[in-house]
Amino acid sequence: MEDFRKKDVLSEEILYLGTEPKKKKPQKNYSQEVLRKMDKRAARARKFFRFIKVSIATVIAAFFAILFLMPIVLTISNSFMASSEIASNYGTVFATNSNGGKVYISEKVNLKFIPDMVSFSQYSTVLFKSPEYLLKFWNSVILVGPIVLFQLIVATLASYGFARYTGKIRAIIFFSYVILMLMPYQVTLVPNYLVSSWLKILDTYWAIWLPGIFSPFAVFLLTKFMKRIPESMIEAAQIDGAGEWQIYRRICLPLCKGAICSAAILVFIDYWNMVEQPLILLADGEKHPLSVFLSKINSGEVGLAFAVATIYMVPTLLVFLYGEEYLVDGITYQGGVKG
Amino acid sequence: MDKKVKLSKANTNSEETVKKVKPPKRNSKRFRKLKFKSGLFIAPSFLGVMTFFLIPFCVIIYYSVLDNPISANYVGFENFKNVAKNEAFMTAVKNTATFSAIAVPLAVVLSLILAMVLDLNIPFRSQFRTFFLSPMMVPVASIVLIWQVLFHNNGAVNDVIMKFGVDRIDWFKSDQAIIVIVILFLWKNLGYNMILFMAALASIPKDILEVARLESATPLQTFFYVKTRYLSSTVLFVTIMSLISSFKIFREIYLLTTDYPYPTLYMLQHYMNNKFKKLDYQALSAGAIMMSIVMVLIIGLLFIVEERFGKDVEG
Repeated sequence: MEDFRKKDVLSEEILYLGTEPKKKKPQKNYSQEVLRKMDKRAARARKFFRFIKVSIATVIAAFFAILFLMPIVLTISNSFMASSEIASNYGTVFATNSNGGKVYISEKVNLKFIPDMVSFSQYSTVLFKSPEYLLKFWNSVILVGPIVLFQLIVATLASYGFARYTGKIRAIIFFSYVILMLMPYQVTLVPNYLVSSWLKILDTYWAIWLPGIFSPFAVFLLTKFMKRIPESMIEAAQIDGAGEWQIYRRICLPLCKGAICSAAILVFIDYWNMVEQPLILLADGEKHPLSVFLSKINSGEVGLAFAVATIYMVPTLLVFLYGEEYLVDGITYQGGVKG
Repeated sequence: MDKKVKLSKANTNSEETVKKVKPPKRNSKRFRKLKFKSGLFIAPSFLGVMTFFLIPFCVIIYYSVLDNPISANYVGFENFKNVAKNEAFMTAVKNTATFSAIAVPLAVVLSLILAMVLDLNIPFRSQFRTFFLSPMMVPVASIVLIWQVLFHNNGAVNDVIMKFGVDRIDWFKSDQAIIVIVILFLWKNLGYNMILFMAALASIPKDILEVARLESATPLQTFFYVKTRYLSSTVLFVTIMSLISSFKIFREIYLLTTDYPYPTLYMLQHYMNNKFKKLDYQALSAGAIMMSIVMVLIIGLLFIVEERFGKDVEG
């Protein structure tokens, strides 16, 4: 910014000198001084405005950040509370009636961020006393891992196909992908159940894996990004003698790294939190992931729930910490290519 | 000057060479090869989607014209008429539409504002970015726990608003219930939308912004005449993504409110879920088909608009 202004002043000076040579020489100094003063004042004003703008923006951002972070902080801090403390704080919210459903009783709810006494009792229950939770956690890993991996493989291939060439048929197929993606689970679950029973994979992990792997979501997301790869790059590769596979492998995949990472994160989060599919497709409760357990918590286990949720958050956190830079930079880079 | 001429000559040359390679003519051998080979890339995904989504969808269409799956008598559009007459279904449609109509535009606008705030080079920018993305990490179940604690009749939010002299609101059992859900939706989705917008903002060519500044355009003018042109395709993308997430938020709504929530929270998915539990497949299928027709219309419209605007920017 400053460079530009300096340049302007300089060029003005040169112009001035050039057109009117000697007469106004004494005035030149003066005018330059005034100019400089004005310049300084303007710069100061601009700096001031900028400072105000940035500080307002920071306040807004900080306000939102606190709101956004609160639930996570709450989950983590409450996981260190003893169950008695949890019960005394939130007991009223989760009091159960005879049906096992949640019923509200009018008593005070205390929102507490700092536990009276830090206790690891919840964690020790979850991690050491009963193997059930670890087993379910492992189930989650087994269910979600292959889905993310293979969905991305299938989806990068398909989105390359969609991005490389779009005819009428492909446009229709792509459109139907988008529509299928928007269907609520309840709609696809009945037919999914039927297909699984035809293929005789009901009650096995395959019943969750296969529909997950072929879910159209990642295709939709990635096609969007692959279409932005400049035609010129692909042509350059073709001139160098690359076939379709090599273009896909050597150009599209590396360029879409960020988009693939962001798709991986989104797919992971989606399936890490699945509740409906395992409930219906896996009759065997032992195969259920932890997310199903988490969604069926009742009054006695609220304390545990926070600890389990915190543990359950760890893989997501790791995925995030690892992928976030890719996610942000990758998308930005894509934009850069286009612009 | 000489250099310039040479440069432009070189440019045209390279353009010509590019043009020589570029357009594979329709029905030429290369074109068909490209079509076939890139089609192979789609094949695995398409086969999978066929078996697990498309064929099942055809089964749904088949169910929708039967009286029930066991006796399988053809009844035509009877199911559709019944569903459309059903009061629960109409409430569900109304609520879902209201929710999406409020939540999706808000999500787009607010995330754009957040992205622009972060675009001002404020301190701790990357930390803020991570904070805004953090809601994506929280497991659904603990979101539900926390929302119950916050919006309970005696919960934290009521504590705060009572301090300002406002009467407490039983959030989940009043007409304000939809606010709670909209907040939940925004909280969960603003972060990712914001990232998409930040990327789009970063991709606006700097020289154009510089020109706007030198022409002494006000920030508002710069925004409306310059930035919006470059953001339009991202806006549509974010809209579609938000629409998708507005359908996914049902999981939270359902866990928060169980089968029969306060009337304004009774969503289309509640209806489907209840029909599913009652094994009322024909109503479920008919409802699903009507819903997908509406979806086709909305998404189709968005695609058409995107086609227009996307080309506008590039040209």
